[in-house]
Amino acid sequence: MHGPPAVAAVGLAPHAMWRQRLGDTLFRGLTQAFAIGVLVLLGAVLVALAAGAMPAFRKFGFDFLVSETWNPVKETFGALPAIYGTVLTALIAMLIAVPVAVGIAIFLTELCPPVLRRPIGMLVELLAAIPSIIYGVWGLLVVAPVLQTTLQPFLIDTLGDIPVVGVLFQGPPYGLGMLTAGLILAVMVLPFIAAVIRDVFMTVPAMLRESAYGMGATTAEVVRSIVIPHSRVGIVGGVMLGLGRALGETMAVTFVIGNAHHIRASLLAPGTTISATLANEFTEAVSDTYTSSLIALGLILFVITFIVLAIANFMLWRLSAKEGA
Amino acid sequence: MISIYARRRAANFTIMSLSLLATATGLIVLFLILWSLLRHGVPALSADFFTKDTPAPGNVGGLRNAFYGSFMMTLVGTLVGAPIGILAGTFLAEYARGSHLGQAVRFINDILLSAPSIVIGVFVNEVMVVRMGHFSAWAGAASLAIILVPVVVRTTENMLTLVPASLREAAVALGAPQWKVIVMVVYRAALQGMLTGVMLGVARIAGETAPLLFTAFGNNFWSTNMNAPMANLPMVIFQFALSPYADWQLLAWGGALVITLAILVLNIAARMVANWSSFGK
Repeated sequence: MHGPPAVAAVGLAPHAMWRQRLGDTLFRGLTQAFAIGVLVLLGAVLVALAAGAMPAFRKFGFDFLVSETWNPVKETFGALPAIYGTVLTALIAMLIAVPVAVGIAIFLTELCPPVLRRPIGMLVELLAAIPSIIYGVWGLLVVAPVLQTTLQPFLIDTLGDIPVVGVLFQGPPYGLGMLTAGLILAVMVLPFIAAVIRDVFMTVPAMLRESAYGMGATTAEVVRSIVIPHSRVGIVGGVMLGLGRALGETMAVTFVIGNAHHIRASLLAPGTTISATLANEFTEAVSDTYTSSLIALGLILFVITFIVLAIANFMLWRLSAKEGA
Repeated sequence: MISIYARRRAANFTIMSLSLLATATGLIVLFLILWSLLRHGVPALSADFFTKDTPAPGNVGGLRNAFYGSFMMTLVGTLVGAPIGILAGTFLAEYARGSHLGQAVRFINDILLSAPSIVIGVFVNEVMVVRMGHFSAWAGAASLAIILVPVVVRTTENMLTLVPASLREAAVALGAPQWKVIVMVVYRAALQGMLTGVMLGVARIAGETAPLLFTAFGNNFWSTNMNAPMANLPMVIFQFALSPYADWQLLAWGGALVITLAILVLNIAARMVANWSSFGK
């Protein structure tokens, strides 16, 4: 692209030119080495986790993925409750966060006075800056007690008796549990999803929007028939990005999930996630099998999030490639 | 006709109200969090809070050792991670636009950007802590550096890409070799953007807890030995907030307030740096 400047050589002593060439080679090599280092890092993480997880996989085989037992005393470990909790809390978070994120994106692109766009957008993004641990403290000491006395009894009383759906909302209101974790996660991934969707909405050509308005469409109709169809791929990309974050989130969930290694039908029951199990038990694991089982959990989490994030980035990347064309 | 028109207007009004409500919800949650932090955290702030170390339950104490540990590990993590990220980002923007290697690195980097930080903690535990035989602040700083790198790579690449090609061409025409063009012209033009990226990265790692659990481990006493377990703010908050002791919970709220304010200020400052009108562009 910016090829070696042949003109630069004119008037320079041969050894000075040689020195500049050497500088070019060295600098290029240096930057390339660190760029390749990013690839190596990912490989190293995978290899190290796989090596650490090997004893557990060898001992329990496929059972590790489908067993519900997690017994450090008897050294029998199964990942199913943790995988279940990870996926369930992330799904609850998505159910709540995606509609709200779409709403925020609609507000920021279609409704908000231009002067307020940046400040409001920035405030929403600040939600993403607050550390996970703060969400955990807030969730445990402020949100959970409120949910225990308001939302959860309400859900148990109104939905708990309905057949089929009712099992999701039965049992005592602990305050802590899957639902609370899902709620906190929803707040945490909200800014990431909203930012992506807002940016995608912005790329809708003004011509399309204005044509629809010119035909007499209301703002809601423009959003539904022009903006959303045009940005479908980007929305899915943003949702997957948020899902990837929700799956791997650790500290906030550790505070409010309740840390119980079992699978219960009720969303109000305590459970655990892969990341919460790691945070709680990794430094306490004394035996090799225990440690290896925890590392195996980490590997499973890394692989799941890797796949989800790869899909997200692929969709967003395809979108920006189309933009550039 | 009228009824269709009225229905469309009503539908429009409903959807727009819902989008306003969604935005209000986001902002209200932000203010609720900040308000909780202020209400519970301000009473914890005192001279002792900053000058004494983490106490046993029931004793007077503060978070001095945790502040020091967080500062040192964030500093070392930044000093190690930022140059690596800047150089890798430089490669992507200056040497690898459109190349297969560049695309692969970009793709993997974007995944690492959102990868679960606790897994990085497990990784560093395996390659450093297990090998060295003990937890250490070095290991903590290493995991923070690993989390910082993708953030800096991403912003550096974006900022360097924004520098107009005419600047590079002018420098090349004057006879500068490419490395000098990058270091003396491109970096200078993109300096604010790169600084913003590093500041956002620092804000990200300053509050990270998960990767420190199995690396720095925490320490209830004053320690400046980077080769030993070291206290840090997020982990003290984790430990104290989950404890049943009121005085520990109070310290946790105080720590939470301080760390959140620091990170929000850093974030806002980073955005302000990015918005300075730039010279020579």
